Amino acid sequence: MTNADQNLNYISGKTGDWEIVIGLEIHAQVLSSSKLFSGASTEFGKDPNHNVSLVDAAMPGMLPVINQTCIKQAIKSGIALNAEINKYSVFDRKNYFYADLPQGYQISQYKYPIVGEGSLKITDANGEDKVIGIERIHLEQDAGKSLHDQHPNKSFIDLNRTGVALMEIVSKPDLSSPEEAASYVKKIRTVLRYIETCDGNMEQGSLRADCNVSVRKPNGDLGTRCEIKNLNSIKFISQAIQYEAERQVEILESGGVIDQETRLFDTSTGETRSMRSKEDAHDYRYFPDPDLLPLELSDSQISEIRSDMPELPDQLVERLISEYGITKYDANVVVEEKEYVHYYENSAKNRDGKLVVNWMTSELFGLLKKNNIQFNQNPISPNYLNELVELIENKTISGKIAKDVFEIMFATSKSPKMIVKEKGLEQVTDDRTIEVFVDQVINENKDKLKEYLSGKDKLFGFFVGQVMKVSQGKANPGLVNQILKSKLK
Amino acid sequence: MSNLLQFSICEALSLLEKKEFSTKELVETYINAIEKTKDLNMYLTTCFDQALEQAKVSDQNYLNGNQRFLEGIPLGVKDMFCTKGIETTASSKILKKFIPTYESTVTQNLWKEGAINLGKLSCDEFAMGSSNETAAKGEVINPWNFEEKRTPGGSSGGSAAAVAAKAALAATGTDTGGSIRQPAAFCGVVGLKPTYGRCSRWGIVAFASSLDQAGPITRNVSDAALMLQVMSGYDPKDSTSSNKDVPNFYNDLGKSIKGIKIGIPEEYNSDGISSDILNAKDMTINFLKENGAEIIPVKLPLTKYSLPVYYIVAPAEASSNLARYDGVRYGARIDGNSLDEMYENTRNLGFGDEVKRRIMIGTYVLSSGYYDAYYLKAQKVRRLIKNEFTEIFKQVDYLVTPTTPTTAFKLGSTQDLLTMYLNDVFTVPASLAGIPGISLPIKLDKNKLPVGIQILGKDFDEQGLLNVAKVIETCASFKDTPNGAAS
Repeated sequence: MTNADQNLNYISGKTGDWEIVIGLEIHAQVLSSSKLFSGASTEFGKDPNHNVSLVDAAMPGMLPVINQTCIKQAIKSGIALNAEINKYSVFDRKNYFYADLPQGYQISQYKYPIVGEGSLKITDANGEDKVIGIERIHLEQDAGKSLHDQHPNKSFIDLNRTGVALMEIVSKPDLSSPEEAASYVKKIRTVLRYIETCDGNMEQGSLRADCNVSVRKPNGDLGTRCEIKNLNSIKFISQAIQYEAERQVEILESGGVIDQETRLFDTSTGETRSMRSKEDAHDYRYFPDPDLLPLELSDSQISEIRSDMPELPDQLVERLISEYGITKYDANVVVEEKEYVHYYENSAKNRDGKLVVNWMTSELFGLLKKNNIQFNQNPISPNYLNELVELIENKTISGKIAKDVFEIMFATSKSPKMIVKEKGLEQVTDDRTIEVFVDQVINENKDKLKEYLSGKDKLFGFFVGQVMKVSQGKANPGLVNQILKSKLK
Repeated sequence: MSNLLQFSICEALSLLEKKEFSTKELVETYINAIEKTKDLNMYLTTCFDQALEQAKVSDQNYLNGNQRFLEGIPLGVKDMFCTKGIETTASSKILKKFIPTYESTVTQNLWKEGAINLGKLSCDEFAMGSSNETAAKGEVINPWNFEEKRTPGGSSGGSAAAVAAKAALAATGTDTGGSIRQPAAFCGVVGLKPTYGRCSRWGIVAFASSLDQAGPITRNVSDAALMLQVMSGYDPKDSTSSNKDVPNFYNDLGKSIKGIKIGIPEEYNSDGISSDILNAKDMTINFLKENGAEIIPVKLPLTKYSLPVYYIVAPAEASSNLARYDGVRYGARIDGNSLDEMYENTRNLGFGDEVKRRIMIGTYVLSSGYYDAYYLKAQKVRRLIKNEFTEIFKQVDYLVTPTTPTTAFKLGSTQDLLTMYLNDVFTVPASLAGIPGISLPIKLDKNKLPVGIQILGKDFDEQGLLNVAKVIETCASFKDTPNGAAS
């Protein structure tokens, strides 16, 4: 990276530029039907305390048994993030008291996580690739939920989420701006959704992030960091980082020092505020959980998962570029969601890939957004988009007519061929017919013809417009041009 | 039949099969015995109605010739085992009125084979103690010289006392650092701690997960084999349970021990060990020699580190295992003005002193800054102790040691906790190594109190261990009965 690139990310303060240093801990809920150490369901939205087993409620004598599906999911995620899979990992107990933590400890992985170092490619502010280091991924249990607003002087506990498997994906402090952090989270989410190890549903809390933020003079020593806890939207992540970095710059520039602390982001004010200082930090008394043996994986177990990996977003981008000749930007847009890719590849079959991607990302996405419709509720099937582009390619309709057809397709889910036929929208490519239109226009605009012939060349456009109008937009614009030119000599 | 209490499990099974008496009669006799021995304070809860109902089923099965492995055998269950629908407290106030909706795997295995539950037996609170004095409902009195009010040992004090007092035909126990073997020795009965992983821990209130192991307390070695047969087995619900095959423990009993090598560890001769106990050890060595075993003196120099290691590892695990007793979901709750205050009130009143002490020790040794010096180091030494046993078992087949440095002491006599902890000095090493151990009575000491001898074996060699024990048992021919026993 060049210095010029970095500058885009700097905060300019009174004393000069400041560089932001960001590391993220993403908590991604593992996609699995049952919890990490119990058979209870992970289904979202059930009545409180519906998905709770004896193990989750930490009844006396209950023991955790590892859910092999969750192990596979973690390995899969590790492979997707180019990470080392550790054949030996250990589950530890992280001890602390809270009412929604029935065991009095969270089973997590501390010294020996299941996944080691990896990396993820994101796009930086200049549109260039930037590789972000992954420190580790470990598996851990989620806690339950405390409800403080159900009763004036009682708190309620919901253990449905207790024991659900989370992957904690820890990045290296390689991120330099709120935008990069957002792009990183987006990319992680995309990757996990691709390989189906996390549904990435941030509103339901399936993906949350803790952000470690510090600032320093460009290339200076690392500053003291603050951790902003539990952010559950990409927007909040960038807002919180921006606010926090500016807050730190302000303190440092006015001669203060940053206290290492845990902070909370207030979504209503857009500010972060102190939750607890380093001195008040818990001593979690980590130690290996004696109820669980160390997790040992065999080479064959790992290679089996590796050989079964679906195509990953980065690979897909490359393939879409080479196979369909689209731009990297477009490829990245399509790859953002697995369903987009599926849709794109189906609608681009035997068609001009660039044309299809334009229709998809501008027209289709535009209409969906305007009408507030989710992509999976999309009324236009990929076959019909393919058909529409075919009609454009073989000049049955012009691009302009195609937009009208597209809107009808969007409203009715009808086939474009049918719409064109019913409405008689086929492009007129017959010279004679066009000549008739041209003659009519010339006859009706004698005065304009005079002006044109006397040198007002600009009026050519007027004639084209009139011919198109007379033909109800169906005349092939190329032919109209050609015939007009010969007639107006 | 005159006195049904005199029969062992083996004898009772054969007599029940011959219809010499019914299960109902047997169970009624035991219910009666429990009533008669009430002053010994052994049972925390009884379930006589359920037991009599079960007896009907058993009698029907005998009638139809469908009897199961332990059909109609009335047992007592240590209160550490969760029993469905029956209050389970681990002898702690914090679990007062806790009624599990589930049955521990080990007890379920017993009931599945026709055994009958008479009730729940007292123990040290959360199995933390060696004298049964930390039980919330008060100490159990050893039936030997009961008027002297001696300890039955602990933590399975209620279990050992009940078997000795004939208030149960056999009982379940749990052993974390000697909690089956030491009370068995103090009460003159047989106590077997199987290899770690042999019996499922599922449904047993956890004390120290890496050490806890269930086992039987019985009148004799053959009964221990029968009980273990049913209690053992792989349980997918316990990740640390072993999937090794469970051999037939009973069939090989009485096999010759000619040529087997018995190691006598030098280190198990701590100061203050009574001459009676040393004498019992010598007697045992002679029995073994007479039966053709080879006696080999061996050294286990790391033994001296066992107690310190144990008193770091066990409290560390306990401090975490007992965090769940927080007043939020079950058991006792003492309200407060905040969540923290509720925790403090509940745990302050719910736990006894010994439990609190161990939680504090455990919390301390796991704390950041102390972890490496205590917990991590203790785990390393534990591994060395395990290795030492593995090495020694390349030279000898079994080890013979005293079970305890003393016989049963008087209740309330140990003011000094360290002295109390030292009582486990001979039993703790096997717990740390995970190897099986059995204690059986050899003789009475000068105070007419039973003296126990411990045999230790290789991982999963309970079969051989029981066989050696059987040989010693036959030679020792210990037939005395405590004066506090029901008759």
